[in-house]
Amino acid sequence: MKTKKFKEPLTNTQLLMTITICIFIGMYLLAMGILGGGFLHAQQIFDMLNDNASLIIVSLGLTIVMIGGGIDISVGAVTSLTVMSCVLYLNRGGSVVGSILLAIAIGLAFGIVQGLLISYLEIQPFIVTLAGMFFARGFTTILSVDPQKVDHAGFEVLRKAKLEIPWLGYYAGNGNLVPARIELGVFVALLCFVLVFILLKFLKLGRAFYAIGGNQTSALMLGINVKFTRFISYLICGVLSGISGFVFTMHTGAGNATNAAGMEMNAIASSIIGGTLLTGGVGNPIGTFFGALTLTTIKKIVVSSGLNDPWWQSITTGGMLCFFILLQSVVLSKRSKKKK
Amino acid sequence: MKTNSKKLFAGGLGQLTIPLIAIALLVIFNLIRDPSFFSINLSQNNDGNIVLAGNLISIINGASELAILAMGMTLVTAACGGQDISVGAAAAIAGDVFIKVIKAGSVINAGIVILAFLSACLVAMIFGAFNGILVAVFRIQPMIATLILYTCGRSIAYWINGGATPNVKSSILSGIGSFIPGIPIPTPVLIVALMAIIFKLLFRFTSLELLTQSVGINESAAKLNGINTTFIKILSFVILGVCVCVAGIIGTSRLGLINHETLLLDVEMDAILAVAIGGNSLGGGKFKISGSIIGAYVIQMLTTTLYAMKVSSTDVKAYKAIVIILLVVIGSPVVKKKFDKLVRQRISLKKNDSKGAAQA
Amino acid sequence: MQTDPLLQMRHIVKIFPGVLALNGVDFTLRKGEIHALMGENGAGKSTLIKVLTGVYSSDGGEIKVDGQVISIKSPQDAQNHGISTVYQEITLCPNLTVAENMFIGREDSVWIKRKDYEKKADEILSNLGIPARSTQELGNCSLAVQQMVAIARAVDMKCKVLILDEPTSSLDDKEVNMLFDLMRDLKSKGVGIIFVTHFLEQVYEVSDRITVLRNGELVGEYTVEELPQVELVSKMIGKELGELSSMGEHEEAEENKKEVFYEAEGLSSSDALPFDFKIRKGEVNGFTGLLGSGRSESVRAIFGADKVTGGNVKINGKKVSITKPIEAMRNGIGYLAEDRKRDGIIADLSVRENIILALQVMNGILRPISRSEAESYADEYIKMLNIKTASRETPVGSLSGGNQQKVILARWLLTHPEYLILDEPTRGIDVGTKLEIQKLVLKLAEDGVSVTFISSEIEEMLRTCSRLVVMRDRHIVGELKGKDLNQTKVMQTIAGGESENEDKQ
Repeated sequence: MKTKKFKEPLTNTQLLMTITICIFIGMYLLAMGILGGGFLHAQQIFDMLNDNASLIIVSLGLTIVMIGGGIDISVGAVTSLTVMSCVLYLNRGGSVVGSILLAIAIGLAFGIVQGLLISYLEIQPFIVTLAGMFFARGFTTILSVDPQKVDHAGFEVLRKAKLEIPWLGYYAGNGNLVPARIELGVFVALLCFVLVFILLKFLKLGRAFYAIGGNQTSALMLGINVKFTRFISYLICGVLSGISGFVFTMHTGAGNATNAAGMEMNAIASSIIGGTLLTGGVGNPIGTFFGALTLTTIKKIVVSSGLNDPWWQSITTGGMLCFFILLQSVVLSKRSKKKK
Repeated sequence: MKTNSKKLFAGGLGQLTIPLIAIALLVIFNLIRDPSFFSINLSQNNDGNIVLAGNLISIINGASELAILAMGMTLVTAACGGQDISVGAAAAIAGDVFIKVIKAGSVINAGIVILAFLSACLVAMIFGAFNGILVAVFRIQPMIATLILYTCGRSIAYWINGGATPNVKSSILSGIGSFIPGIPIPTPVLIVALMAIIFKLLFRFTSLELLTQSVGINESAAKLNGINTTFIKILSFVILGVCVCVAGIIGTSRLGLINHETLLLDVEMDAILAVAIGGNSLGGGKFKISGSIIGAYVIQMLTTTLYAMKVSSTDVKAYKAIVIILLVVIGSPVVKKKFDKLVRQRISLKKNDSKGAAQA
Repeated sequence: MQTDPLLQMRHIVKIFPGVLALNGVDFTLRKGEIHALMGENGAGKSTLIKVLTGVYSSDGGEIKVDGQVISIKSPQDAQNHGISTVYQEITLCPNLTVAENMFIGREDSVWIKRKDYEKKADEILSNLGIPARSTQELGNCSLAVQQMVAIARAVDMKCKVLILDEPTSSLDDKEVNMLFDLMRDLKSKGVGIIFVTHFLEQVYEVSDRITVLRNGELVGEYTVEELPQVELVSKMIGKELGELSSMGEHEEAEENKKEVFYEAEGLSSSDALPFDFKIRKGEVNGFTGLLGSGRSESVRAIFGADKVTGGNVKINGKKVSITKPIEAMRNGIGYLAEDRKRDGIIADLSVRENIILALQVMNGILRPISRSEAESYADEYIKMLNIKTASRETPVGSLSGGNQQKVILARWLLTHPEYLILDEPTRGIDVGTKLEIQKLVLKLAEDGVSVTFISSEIEEMLRTCSRLVVMRDRHIVGELKGKDLNQTKVMQTIAGGESENEDKQ
């Protein structure tokens, strides 16, 4: 008997991800065709990336936690705390490298504490990370209630560093060529994306996340250290929140107590649109990446359509979320019926 | 007394042990810090009513919305094993509907307020049913299902009154939000008591408690015993809708205006917390509404204590987080198990001692 | 004949607080043999297995593998000594591929060598003749294949001793045969297999040797040839045959005079093929057949537990529609589900609440049973069924299996059903309670209640039922009554046309 190459049917992860990517592309093409304008410029995509680099990073971390069957709602608050800490540190004469380390250290600290409480003391993740969120938000205002602007020469250089691609640019109204601009933060986000992708796809640890999310008891029987694996998932998520905070600082150049407000819910929404299930075991960083893009595209489309009232954005976002959630529910239940 | 304390430590009070200890510790802490913290006095308010005043009153009064939401949240948690994170947004919608209906009439009288209340209630129940259907029929995790309304709820509220934040001056509304002339107790407190009694009666005169717990603990078995699990789950969300409406109206009446952006902001997190502090499992199943109510007061007392210690309102969250973590660590299964083991060892040691003494 | 002892357990003692769970039990496993470990629940089978796999530590005795004394302190230890276990529930992750499931948790590097794993996995799978692809998502495989993948994983971990704990309980006939082929194959490769099961027929199909335990003590070790099935049963329950058959003599003549209570024509559900069935008042009938033959699915269709897709149902001659459990209950039907833990008890609720549940549901949400009423009901049934519980407020989850089952029985008796369906009411409970339940069934019938009784143990069915509906491959293949009610006849009917196939082997 010869082993033939057999084309496997799509797994749940792949199926949900494919749906999202198709919808994203379809939506974008539609926007290009109907709305035109900004959507015809490459800069539109780069702007979306520039504005959402930190959201993408945070969503990646959350995806890991959700694959492991957990939840972390402290990510937005930790991002905010990191922004404020970095800004204050830089303004007191800190170095750029120091601020990067500080960002990672803050994220790591949250990851470790929350991870320990959830994995080793078996406290519900929602409550632990809720407390984490309260703590980070509260601590941000303890640091400073007033908005703080970065005033640091070294950091400004980093902040202004942009990749300019002339041939992807466009001619503005006055006839000048405006090159496409990509901020440094986008590259950080891409690096994080590649690392998370490798971790989940090619590392033993990554598969262990899927295993504990798929069936915790089985994972234990298969010789996986469930507690440690879960701990690491929160730790990685924490570190990514820290990095996201630094990227956020690079993007805005200022700290504000209301930074990244509601980011945790946007991150959860991105993961879900990207095909991650809150029940665990199913998810993919590619899906999450497109999930975040889909989320912002919807908002852009709403704005470009001339629906300027602020409530339109969140109502369409909610509607879109509802659509994706129902779609997933229907697709998955159809699948499980077919199997029977 | 001794047996009582023993019972307390052996978990005799069950799930209420930890929230009660928390309250006791907060009371003791405050009494040491400021012996007059809990003094209550009668004073005349702006409307010329003689009313009760003091920290204790403001704690109990301030926790009203939270306590009402926590009651409904407990039911949803028990039946569905998940939480509704859209209660704040839904309350804003209810508040906006309430004001919109009141404003529609030319005069504000009791009839129109009741009509406004009923319409707000209906809207909140419809949104609750929407969440419930997503959870029960489409089998979506409650948190994810309610994320939808969480995302767009306040925008819907905005749309109802065209983005304005209309205010209403009316003695009826101030009667709901602060005091009814002649009664020195804040009305919201009375409403909490009323809601608690309604829940008590609901559990007394229907079998909702047993059915909800059965669905939450073992859905498959509940189904085979003829329980309509879909109905029970949707019902729990609809009941939460009523609670949301009541809480929204109290919040609106307190200020006499509706601000869709700030009304009961972030209350969903506190409500879930109240359920957890009350010793209810967030995974569903057995529940005690009384626990959640106590949980709400723990949260409010903590907040008020921090305010009294001159912690600024934005910083409170950080300290609150530390206390919450302490509470859940004490209540965590691992710590509990270790503690139980310790207690049992002590008891068996004592038994052996007394046995030894008897033999001697 | 191979006789090298591969595994020797000598005088194993295990004490739980207040209970001597294993009292000096010996067990010997030879190379390349399939050794069935038999005993009623509570006999000490699972305790012995858990001592061997390091879940429990023993309180006495020694374990030798290949003649060397070893100590097993954890499941990991057991695996290092070549002892692997495949449990009744699939302990693999459904969202990973077959290859990943076979290698996860025992990789030596940080990286996943996907291609290597897949190649190796495909080799092992084809060697063992397991119909699965390494790249397939495990959740897409049938339960049997999942079970086999678990075995493949164990085999690849160089196991010498393979413990199969109730591996067949969720498999259908064909899948069981696939599993048995695999077992025989492994046996020929020199692996010693310990086979724990409740199905007597299966024991005789694959095993070479049988060790019987009873009440924590060794009854004896026998070769399959020297221990006929009937004797095995009597060794397991510790009673002689005469005693067993003395219960319940049926008077057939009278049966036919009683009126029909329930009648179904062409009843089918999402899980059951159309079938006809009727039961008279005060009659005890049984559904028999191997697991997966459709017997549970059929009674579930009667109760409306699965989606009913067609058929006419008459109760007392009147046409009714039963598509939901509540409708069945309103028509006087009660159903005790097969899986007590999953479909029966509400573990965290008290005995009282569990007992009144069904009656409460029938009363409707607006007519609650008052506390005092509930208490008196609970007390009445606790006394009547002799339920051993600390109090009526004890959470039912903390009771023993037999007492949990009695609580569920009480729940249905309280609804005063006219027709009670009992699906495996005696599974996994002690002998004493079993007899009590059998007696109760006969008593109910005397009082005019129709009872459908399902059990994996044919002996038990013969003792209680006056009519047996025999099923195979989801079809009713026969109905036995009167003098046809004996073990041989039942076996023949169950086996039916398949006897030809067996001759070929």
